[in-house]
Amino acid sequence: MLTNYIKIAWKVLLRHPFYTFITLFGISLTLTVLMVLTSFLDHLFGTHYPELKRDRSIYIQMMTQLDSVRNGRSQGPMSFKFLTKYAKALKSAERVTICSMFNTSNAYVGSQKIDLNTKFTDADFWKVTDFDFLEGKPYNEQNIANGDYVAVITDDFKRQYFDNPSDPVIGKDVEIENIHYKVIGVVKGSPITRILTHADVYFPYTAPKSNYQNTGMRGNYIAIALAGDKRGMKAINDEFQGFIQRIPVPGDQDGFKYYALVVKSMPYLESFVGAFADGDSGLKSIFYGVIGFIMLMLMGLPAINLVNVNVSRILERASEIGIRKAFGAPIRTLLWQFIVENIFITFIGGAIALVLTLIAISLINNSGWIAHADLTINVTVFLVSLGICLIFGLLSGVLPALRMSKLNIAEALKA
Amino acid sequence: MIKLTNIEKVYRTSSIETLALTNINLTINAGEFISIMGPSGCGKSTLMNLMGLLDAPSAGQVEIDGRIVMQYRDKELALLRNQQIGFIFQSFHLINDLSVLDNVEIPLLYRKGDATGPRSVGASRRQLAQEALEKVGLSNRMKHFPGQLSGGQKQRVAIARAIVGRPSIILADEPTGNLDSAMGNEIMAILQQLNTEGSTIVMVTHDETMAKKTHRLIRLFDGAMVGDSKLISDLRFGISDVSAGNVISEPSNPKS
Repeated sequence: MLTNYIKIAWKVLLRHPFYTFITLFGISLTLTVLMVLTSFLDHLFGTHYPELKRDRSIYIQMMTQLDSVRNGRSQGPMSFKFLTKYAKALKSAERVTICSMFNTSNAYVGSQKIDLNTKFTDADFWKVTDFDFLEGKPYNEQNIANGDYVAVITDDFKRQYFDNPSDPVIGKDVEIENIHYKVIGVVKGSPITRILTHADVYFPYTAPKSNYQNTGMRGNYIAIALAGDKRGMKAINDEFQGFIQRIPVPGDQDGFKYYALVVKSMPYLESFVGAFADGDSGLKSIFYGVIGFIMLMLMGLPAINLVNVNVSRILERASEIGIRKAFGAPIRTLLWQFIVENIFITFIGGAIALVLTLIAISLINNSGWIAHADLTINVTVFLVSLGICLIFGLLSGVLPALRMSKLNIAEALKA
Repeated sequence: MIKLTNIEKVYRTSSIETLALTNINLTINAGEFISIMGPSGCGKSTLMNLMGLLDAPSAGQVEIDGRIVMQYRDKELALLRNQQIGFIFQSFHLINDLSVLDNVEIPLLYRKGDATGPRSVGASRRQLAQEALEKVGLSNRMKHFPGQLSGGQKQRVAIARAIVGRPSIILADEPTGNLDSAMGNEIMAILQQLNTEGSTIVMVTHDETMAKKTHRLIRLFDGAMVGDSKLISDLRFGISDVSAGNVISEPSNPKS
């Protein structure tokens, strides 16, 4: 039966090449947009270089201090000392790194200014993340304890800063904000979209201007706690929240008196959404709702258009519907036939879209729009794309199928 | 086998109401070969559609094999059509995108799988379709498409499709209407053969000669049944005679 449906769907496609072109163009363009979007979301939230352990990491990046009526709030990253006391102490974590959010700095080659993102990290940063060292090695506890002026730079910065980028640069000096650092390692750069680990230059937290000795709870640092496996993430979260609940309130932070303290410890996606949605579950729902609405609109509007095309295409086949019904096809079977046919056509569009997506993401990756962008079609993206094709096929196929399967047989046979 | 009681069919639009059939009372017994004649627009095809459960009457009752079908839902009607009724149409109504074999298989697609399991259903479907095509002399055209066949061949494919599910009733709506007399005679011979094998056949025709080859002739005029005559057919000589007219009423000026 399925072969019969697919044979028909194929013949229908061949019947009017122009119609088919328009239909497939519409489907594949829509699916391409959705697939590129899926790939981009995977790029943002998936497990990619240099955060290859993201799927078993807990991110601690936001502290919220609330006033007595919980209306006023002070919010942001934490101090190095706070995280050392409460995150580094986590026994359930395999390893914990503390690093700063990136800062902007300048370096000069002659009179040419290079805008840089810099980051202060501990030695564990290089063990929690998985940077590719093209030259040298990361700084270690000893460098940090010594307060060495060392830096790990990216290949991009190396290309911009040094005259002959093909020469090794380990041991050479770089001057950033009028301070000289010795290059200890060169890593492959990461995209800016990996906002918690991205930088052009990495310094030990004991380097100048890191403010790691600041007192108080708030500062410019975040922590990433690595679990032994995914199941261990809950234990980390429970242990950390236990610590936070024991912090006495009320307290005072730079003149702001707080009566409640919230420090979220969450997997990356939730942590990312929480940063935008302020940790409020209602706002999170709105955030997900908006994303869902955009996806539905992207899919729904072309689907409505396709419904019209499908209705006119199926109308041509009234006689066939009449024949099938006359010989015993119930409405449900016909409904299924047209849905299968539509899904088949959608999947052809999906295959074209897959090729177009590969081209589009290759263009994005090579355009420099996002440095080191690594959009891919991996198993997750592929499976989501398949799901999108299926939903799109159903959305655009059910209504015409329902309408056609209910045609009066005698009328249909006259067509 | 088929019993129509006080059948009335009215087609309604927002402004017009057309009485297509009125006061039809007709019983067709198993094994009969009946022809229905009448001028264009007299309601022949409408009557055929009602017998074939392709349409519902505005009033009255349709019985198939003693089952009153008026309350049947779509699924039950579809099942009954699939198992009991085969259709042959004047304009063949073959699906041009499917091969001859695939066209003939259509009624079997909507049958439940047999006890031998789903894999063998496809194979047995093919087997039955091939047998039906052999019966109408088209075993050498199985892979062809309808567009590659003559009118007579198309109608034979349509007959194969009608008989492949071994229905007890075959409804033929002007099966020879689009064919020349030689082709028409061939198709008629096949129908007569099917009838001798036990099928009940109801045929709408404009052709008196073809009608005379059947057992019984129903005449319609302006939506009403105006004649019901028993005929004697002698298949050996191809001659048919009206033996005992059982005329209900003759129109004063039939336009047949």
